[in-house]
Amino acid sequence: MKSFKRLWRNLAFRIGMVTLAVLVFVALAAPWLGTVDPAVLDYNHINKPAGERVDFTIPGGETVAHTLWMGTDAYGRDIYSRVVYGTRISLLVALFAALISVVAGTFMGVASGFFRRMDPVIMRTMDGLMAFPPILLAIALVAALGAQLWTVIVAISIPEIPRVVRLVRSLVLTLREEPFVEAAIALATPTGTILWRHIVPNAFAPLIVQGTFIAASAVLTEAALSFLGLGLPPDIPTWGNIMAEGRVQFSQYPGNVLFPALFLVPTILAINLLGDGMRDVLDPKFSKKLP
Amino acid sequence: MLRFTLQRILATIPVLFIVAVIVFMILHLSPGDPAAIIAGDNATERDLEQIRQSLGLDKTLFEQFAIWLGNVVQGDLGYSFFQRKPVAELIFQRLEPTASLALGTLMLAVLIAVPLGTIGGWRMGGWLDRFLTCFSVAGFVLPVFVTGYILIYVFSVKLEWLPIQGYHRLEGWKDVLPWISRLLLPWLALGMIYVALIARITRASVSEALTEDFVRTARSKGLSEMVVLTRHALPNAAVPIVTIIGIGFASLISGVVVTETVFAIPGLGSLTVDAVLNRDFPVVQGLVLFFGFAYVFINLLVDLSYILIDPRIRY
Repeated sequence: MKSFKRLWRNLAFRIGMVTLAVLVFVALAAPWLGTVDPAVLDYNHINKPAGERVDFTIPGGETVAHTLWMGTDAYGRDIYSRVVYGTRISLLVALFAALISVVAGTFMGVASGFFRRMDPVIMRTMDGLMAFPPILLAIALVAALGAQLWTVIVAISIPEIPRVVRLVRSLVLTLREEPFVEAAIALATPTGTILWRHIVPNAFAPLIVQGTFIAASAVLTEAALSFLGLGLPPDIPTWGNIMAEGRVQFSQYPGNVLFPALFLVPTILAINLLGDGMRDVLDPKFSKKLP
Repeated sequence: MLRFTLQRILATIPVLFIVAVIVFMILHLSPGDPAAIIAGDNATERDLEQIRQSLGLDKTLFEQFAIWLGNVVQGDLGYSFFQRKPVAELIFQRLEPTASLALGTLMLAVLIAVPLGTIGGWRMGGWLDRFLTCFSVAGFVLPVFVTGYILIYVFSVKLEWLPIQGYHRLEGWKDVLPWISRLLLPWLALGMIYVALIARITRASVSEALTEDFVRTARSKGLSEMVVLTRHALPNAAVPIVTIIGIGFASLISGVVVTETVFAIPGLGSLTVDAVLNRDFPVVQGLVLFFGFAYVFINLLVDLSYILIDPRIRY
């Protein structure tokens, strides 16, 4: 609670937190925000301009009075509803990609830093992974694993793992020389307990910061993959998928591409600000990761 | 120096080997049977067996890797499942647009970012410095496909100053103008993040160099600020700038793949996307390997350039 108060005093953290809270609210309350089913096609309203009020056909053949805040796409789907529901996917991908890469990276980083025999193998593999452009590596993984929600999340997480491993490894290397770890070893504390009780908690703050930056880059990568048509299946409304569908007729109907960006860009900005704020407060030494 | 150069070149071999192992492993994670993809729906079990044998898929994973690596070393990246052409030839055909896009972006970004960052570091907190800070935030936050479409909307759709999309091959002097007119927007869109990256590092390292004694000496000699900045501060700030250009190469390539789709440029990026959509694994494998090697090679050049940039560096 005390550290939250300290964080709250930071402007970047406050802006990021409030924006993210709004996005979480939008994601959870999507059905009640004046949306219709994002998958429903109404062929009577194809490529409508933004702001028009129409009688929209919902499943079952009934019509409802509905305002098309962002117009409709080439199949007569309501873009506003799709974008609002897309928030769910983006936040889900951000959360799980950050969790997976932080947890996997921590395991490998601790192994590499504490059990020195594994160090060369792990670190050389990480060097190799870092030689690939992140999006390209994700594309290759999606190509190999197939495009589903969980495979896309895994494919986005793997290129992020090397940075976590390097961070954790360097923390472990300094921590294992600390007197409290030496004392624990002298007391014959089991290695697992030393790692879990003494090493991991001390790596917590930088890991949360790193995880936040990974979440921001995961949102971006997912949108890019879907935009290329290589991400989630096209029937799932994600911001990248909506933009991909709008690509073909961009010069006549730019809305399909530009409206999702109105959500995508603030989301990336908010998560980055959150990370910046936390880094400044929790861990001043830790330098910002370069994309 | 020659010894260092040789050592550094030799040190890339294990990295390249690991890169090759990773590429090979990723594409073999795939649950599908490549033979079934090639043979199509009406293939019999005998056909499949024949294709497997001709591709060497009946051998052990280790043997397959050894054969594949042997071929790669000789420049043979395999055959495309669909286009019935060597992958190396496909990559070579699509190289020009991608090279034009990537190298043009790099040059444009350096030309914009280095002066901008230098002035930012010279007058920290000034209006240009504050503009730079805002610009780098925008550069990091705006994805290249958003920037790209905004630029197309403004300059091609609304103002109609530039052609909307596509690429014009550079075959003679008469092609230069159409070539530039089609690449200008992609360069700008892709250059944003690179400008942000390079300008920030330039600003930091120039402002640090300006606190050094030799700068004070140069100023007290009565040299103009222009000379102090370009002849004394900037050369001493060059190493971090060159380093970030090398590191940023990975994001540049990521950006190239997306930018080519936005601007319909028929380069390696669109080849990658098409290959994945067709499940043409040899092409995907060849491209990922190619980009991985390119990254290692660029960073080798960056490391070697330190010796030229900074005579204090001795290995």
